[in-house]
Amino acid sequence: MAARDLHGPNPPWAKGFSVVGQPQRKVDGLSKATGEAVYTDDIALPGMLHAKTLRSPLPHARIKSIDVSKALALPGVHAVITGRDLPERYGVIPWTQDETALAVDKVRFVGDPVAAVAALDEDTAVRALELIAVEYEPLHAFLEPEDALRQVEPKIHEDKKNNVSKHVLLDFGDVDAAIAGADVTVEGEFGFHSTTHAPIEPHCAVARVSPDGVLTVWSATQITHYVHRALAKVLALPEQQIRVIQPCLGGAFGGKSDPFSLEFCVAKLALITGRPVKMLYTREEVFYTHRGRHAMKLRYRTGAKKDGRLTGVDAKILIDGGAYSSFGLVTTYYSGQLLTGPYDFPTYRFDSTRVFTNKPPCGPKRGHGSVQPRFAFEVQLDEVAEALGLDPIAIRRKNFQGTHTQTVNGQRITSNGFLECLAAVEAASGWKERRAKLPYGRGLGVAGSMYISGTNYPVYPNEMPQAGVQLKVDRSGLVTAFTGGNDIGQGSSSVVRSIVAEELGLLPEHVRVVAADTDLCPVDLGAYSSRVTFMVGNATIDACRKLRAKIVESVAAKWEVDPARIVMALGEVVDLDDVTHRLSVREAFHLAEARHDTLGSTGAYNTPELGGKYRGGTIGASPAYSFTAHVADVRVDVETGRIHVDKIWVAHDCGRALNPTLVAGQMDGSVYMGAAETVMENHAVSARGLHTGPSLLDYPIPTTLDTPEIESWIVESIDPEGPYGAKEAGEGPLHSAIPAIANAVYDAIGIRLRELPFTPAKVLRALGEQAERVESRRQRPVQAAE
Amino acid sequence: MPGLRSLNLTLNGDLVQVAAPEHWTLLEVLRYSLGLTGSKQGCDKGDCGACTVLMDGEPVLACLTLAAAAEGKQIVTIEGLAPLHKRAGGSGVDPVQDAFDRSGALQCGFCQPGMILSAKALLDKNPKPTRDEIKQALSGNLCRCTGYTQILEAVEVAAAEARGEVPPGPRWRRFEG
Repeated sequence: MAARDLHGPNPPWAKGFSVVGQPQRKVDGLSKATGEAVYTDDIALPGMLHAKTLRSPLPHARIKSIDVSKALALPGVHAVITGRDLPERYGVIPWTQDETALAVDKVRFVGDPVAAVAALDEDTAVRALELIAVEYEPLHAFLEPEDALRQVEPKIHEDKKNNVSKHVLLDFGDVDAAIAGADVTVEGEFGFHSTTHAPIEPHCAVARVSPDGVLTVWSATQITHYVHRALAKVLALPEQQIRVIQPCLGGAFGGKSDPFSLEFCVAKLALITGRPVKMLYTREEVFYTHRGRHAMKLRYRTGAKKDGRLTGVDAKILIDGGAYSSFGLVTTYYSGQLLTGPYDFPTYRFDSTRVFTNKPPCGPKRGHGSVQPRFAFEVQLDEVAEALGLDPIAIRRKNFQGTHTQTVNGQRITSNGFLECLAAVEAASGWKERRAKLPYGRGLGVAGSMYISGTNYPVYPNEMPQAGVQLKVDRSGLVTAFTGGNDIGQGSSSVVRSIVAEELGLLPEHVRVVAADTDLCPVDLGAYSSRVTFMVGNATIDACRKLRAKIVESVAAKWEVDPARIVMALGEVVDLDDVTHRLSVREAFHLAEARHDTLGSTGAYNTPELGGKYRGGTIGASPAYSFTAHVADVRVDVETGRIHVDKIWVAHDCGRALNPTLVAGQMDGSVYMGAAETVMENHAVSARGLHTGPSLLDYPIPTTLDTPEIESWIVESIDPEGPYGAKEAGEGPLHSAIPAIANAVYDAIGIRLRELPFTPAKVLRALGEQAERVESRRQRPVQAAE
Repeated sequence: MPGLRSLNLTLNGDLVQVAAPEHWTLLEVLRYSLGLTGSKQGCDKGDCGACTVLMDGEPVLACLTLAAAAEGKQIVTIEGLAPLHKRAGGSGVDPVQDAFDRSGALQCGFCQPGMILSAKALLDKNPKPTRDEIKQALSGNLCRCTGYTQILEAVEVAAAEARGEVPPGPRWRRFEG
């Protein structure tokens, strides 16, 4: 790690924070509140054509022929393209590129894009799709991963030797001996279903080719840089000829991380027609496009000593990947690599296999790859506690891994506020007074987790920084920050503004942020892996410190004082030792520009060398980990089987809350999403490969009335390497919400639910089985839930 | 080609005449004919609420409302709120919009035009809503980012300030050990 990447958690000058740590408005809040903000679908260009995609009606089939002649002949149709027009493969992970923009020779799931039409308007494009004749030869469809493992032919990807997408087996210490030496061993199987992101904004892309041949693509993407690279590869255009812009983005949650078919199609159609082209997915297409949470079948074995200390954890995981690789290589590693905190595992093994199936492809959804194992392990940890007669919070404390340590799989842990997280939810929920003491049908459950603040795995290997920021100074006293970081609603541009205002002594409204435009902004790897605050934040501080040094030096020279005496805050530059020395920041900019010529600066961040010295050891290696604890308060209606999640307390160690309003918003949203996938949402596919409910009515995401009350506690461990000590907040607070609910259900009715989602049918079945048992393990007075 | 219909709309306080295909919804006319893209299309079938506009003060789904059915009604879209507030003698944006911004209610912002108009309709009728009444009033507007917490807070802030009361603080806490 370069010295430039270490800034320390406090500013090096003599004053506290004036912007950081305070609730601040967002850089784009009012433009969003007034409808002025421009999202991709709000872009309308003169002469713009509208494009639509023809999709496969079959889960697995060979394409024998495609006849587009009738569609092309329809008045108003300008172009029709098929897989032959865009045969170059792409995929976000360079080693597993197995997608094409439109199917070449075969389709691999219902919804796989087959052809695209550009027409004068959407209605004409839809009519044209109906005129495309595709002859399919249906193939056996693999809809369950076990089936795809057992039977190899007809292979889903013909260039692979079987249907395995990725297999990872990693062993740390002698797990079998450690578990054999345990006083208690608990073993069990768990099921996690697939869920999807369902951002309210559907995917959309617009392309235009200007007379000089420059292709501009506006896309609702959360990773502009990878879209840029993928467009160049697939279209065989030099990268300099392509500009990618992410307009205001209407939610992503991982679901807009891959390059998508529509980005290539609008670009190709614009190149063919010479007209701007827009494609907007319907809500049904968004469901089929998916890239959501992988369904997993997980088997865990955990050993512990009498005092609760873990001896070993052994996991075997089968991952349903869907039709393509997407981020699946990383998912497979994450399914094991991210479980090794906040608890100390003396020994650990995981054996994860991701299998292709003929279903919508899975990918990264908030808490990528680690939400499913976290659910299974935290439920099992509760079982271990019960077997040993320990309080569930006590066993979690007992196994706390500590700060500034290393995990069993070689990940470096710096700050770690997990104990504070446990203390916060324990006190706020009234755990000691209420747990195991509530009437039958009501219960409390706890769980903990950790997550990465970005990783040092840059997707494509290179030695360049992961984040870059550029500053431009105006004589008016305005500073504009240019960042490749994608603001997807989480507020990353607002974080950049707060940091620039803090460092250069500006009022926040005197900082503008230009983001996610490949022509204007330095490269950033985008909004995934919860990397933006940590990495872009550090890059911003780096850029500001260089600029600040010039400004302070110029002012110090004018006042003939030591630069250490000079402070810049909230629009003013003052001499701490002589109050008569006072300038506006604007005047200070003028002094510095006169002395140093036109002002500006760049800053960068790269991760230090991290991770275990073994294949895959860098995947999941993060410069800092966040930690979370949840307590859930549930009510089970034993008549209907319905689980009501009444309240969730969440405590999250985000290092330092740069803007606590934004941190709390990420925590609230994470808890909501975790609770939703526990009891409401299910991205299921029928025996014919059809989505069982591709609408926001049939895939019911929670309304205001379904969402639990959420109480968010911010824990600040102040990380040594984060920007002012900050770590991530956007994904970690989802994980342990799910097992906390599962554990609360056990406290409520004495039933361990191991198969998500927890539907009323499953609860009623389990209650029936419980009633058959001779006596309940619970000795509580029976009274109906409210 | 379908026939065009000449529509006379009262939109954000102005009389507006526009020609559009007769089968177009109000959302299509707003977004495609008038360039008022603040009303969002999230599902195009009445599930998400992102297209909510006010019709004679009531929140309606513009994606399920034929444009022809809007004739003779007072339509307010998100673009109209701040100018109407100014025309009524106010300054800045509508206080509900401002409260949403200050409370962190705007993450991706895509649902917010509809959400804010539903909140506005509620507060115009009920200046002192309970939390349950706010939840009911906003239950047709899906948000995927916030978990609704800061949205509910924003409505409570706007309501309290309109009554001249000190608004409740945010619900998040810092753990002090």
